[in-house]
Amino acid sequence: MVFDPYTIVVMLGASLFGLFVGAVPGLTATMATALLVPVTFFMPPIPAIAAMVTATAMAIFSGDIPGCLLRMPGTPASAAYTDEAYAMTRKGLAEVALGAGLVFSAIGGLFGTAVLMLAAPTLAEVALRFSSFEYFWLVLMGLTCAVFISSDRPLKGVVTLFFGLLVAGVGLNNPAAFARFTFGNTELLGGIGLVPMMIGMFAVSEIIRFVVDTEAQPLIVEAQIGNVFKGMWALTVKYPVQILRGSVLGTIVGALPGAGADIAAWMSYAMSKRFSKEPEKFGTGHVEGIVESGSANNSALTGAWIPALVFGIPGDSITAIVIGVLYMKNMNPGPTLFTTNPQNIYAVFLLFIVANLIMLPLGWMCIKVAKGILRVPREVLMPVILLFCVVGAFAINNTGFDIGVMLVAGVFAYLLEVNGFPISPLILGVVLGGMLEENLVSSLIKADGNVLAFFGRPIAAALGITTFGIWLSPLLTRRRRRMVAAA
Amino acid sequence: MKLDDALWGAALMLFSAALWVHVQGFPTIPGQQVGPSALPGALAVGLFVCGAILLWRGLRERARAGAGAAPWVERPEWFGARPQVIAFVVLVGVNVAYLLVVDRLGFIITGTVYLAALMAVLRVRPLRALVIAVVMTLAIHYCFFKLLRVPLPWGVLQGVAW
Repeated sequence: MVFDPYTIVVMLGASLFGLFVGAVPGLTATMATALLVPVTFFMPPIPAIAAMVTATAMAIFSGDIPGCLLRMPGTPASAAYTDEAYAMTRKGLAEVALGAGLVFSAIGGLFGTAVLMLAAPTLAEVALRFSSFEYFWLVLMGLTCAVFISSDRPLKGVVTLFFGLLVAGVGLNNPAAFARFTFGNTELLGGIGLVPMMIGMFAVSEIIRFVVDTEAQPLIVEAQIGNVFKGMWALTVKYPVQILRGSVLGTIVGALPGAGADIAAWMSYAMSKRFSKEPEKFGTGHVEGIVESGSANNSALTGAWIPALVFGIPGDSITAIVIGVLYMKNMNPGPTLFTTNPQNIYAVFLLFIVANLIMLPLGWMCIKVAKGILRVPREVLMPVILLFCVVGAFAINNTGFDIGVMLVAGVFAYLLEVNGFPISPLILGVVLGGMLEENLVSSLIKADGNVLAFFGRPIAAALGITTFGIWLSPLLTRRRRRMVAAA
Repeated sequence: MKLDDALWGAALMLFSAALWVHVQGFPTIPGQQVGPSALPGALAVGLFVCGAILLWRGLRERARAGAGAAPWVERPEWFGARPQVIAFVVLVGVNVAYLLVVDRLGFIITGTVYLAALMAVLRVRPLRALVIAVVMTLAIHYCFFKLLRVPLPWGVLQGVAW
């Protein structure tokens, strides 16, 4: 069924679509899936799922390309290591960064598929044991990781993180459905959109920086991108643990309902830095973080299918849409899916493998095209990108308000960065703020205000202690370093 | 514009105090002790503490640096350079203008003017800028209007809409 010519043509078309959508800042993988739904109405089930799987796998990878070359992440999942990849480009290592993103995304995706095939029911059972307490600690752990990514200035990172959490609190979307911080403005009732903010903070602030740069130098990128696959085997041999760790973390985070590729990428990057033998190199253009989080975000995509297929509970926003499509095609998710028409499930598994494998040649082609775009002089490229961003921000809700959000966020991000405040924790705060609050308030209500209940359940206690451990670890390492220095 | 850390600390402390006062006015979830003020309140406390630490650190740095301390407010180096200031003003202005007129004039006209203005201020040759502006606006219009079905306003060109 998978190697049917129609399916193959559909997969190729969906790949190109996914590559384009992922590479444009402002268009996300979730958007790509949503846009494919009407197209898949008329297709039989396997090509329909093939289209969605391929498009999203490509989109999550191709978000890396503008992030690496222009410091503008194409999707939120790439935002975790955009700074690192861009630093590599400035050092002349763009081809290594892109190659690593491509190859290790494919490996991560294949690992996730292997887990999906072998361990889906078991993992789904663990995921079902998560209640609001576990989710609260998980989100808090993720946020802690975000702060320690920018650990040369953790205090300022904490400040921007808190700001991000506050921004997430704007609007009606809170447990009491009370309109917070809207000051009478109807547009703000829906909250401040993440995507316009993200485009503003990365793309618009970069353009502001370019426009006011008094010593504009052309970024010589063309010569750098030769063979992106060169050196990848050496990296695989050098960082096998990182690849495995990233893939495992990505699959687990993806399997948790509500947590998707973007959270997986952030947590994986932070974990990579934490356990690295050369943590000081992170941020200067070091490929290790990209290897690990590149694997994580693609394996999270596959991991998200585990609860989706086994229980019909979406692992992330993309699978939420796909579940709808599955129902429409009479492939109702749940245990019966594995027993009544098992050939469909095996076809889906095969699809995942094929999608991750064709990512390699198609991604390579996409990188070549991207390199061509960079030959364009920046005076022409930047205004066009800005207009793309303006329309992209408009396209999400068809309202000019989002354009305004994007511009304000851009100016604000520029000011913050000039003053040494990192903006990545802010983005993560906005992404996770809603989840954090919902789980915090539900847990408090369930526990009747008793704080000890947060450690009552075994998984919650384990996660809670780990989070506290991460908070305290820099103090411990600093004390140990001082003792070593004194000795 | 680079402000001294101490100033940021002080500003944060004021902001978090105002935030704390503001969230006290939030109602609670009926029947519960906790409400929509829980997380913002906690964040206000957190920001206050961070602000205090920043203020303390900023003042300590200035005390250590003594006479060689950086100024309280440092203007960016491009403030003096005229081309950059004009570029920044045009950048902001053209975006505000877009928001104001796109519905009336339509995306195609506004987009062309937008791109042409930005490229002109970045020293692209005028004829080249105009051609690229027209071509790219049409390309972007095609991608978003035709392919993705985003309702970009036609404005004045409603008569010749395709």
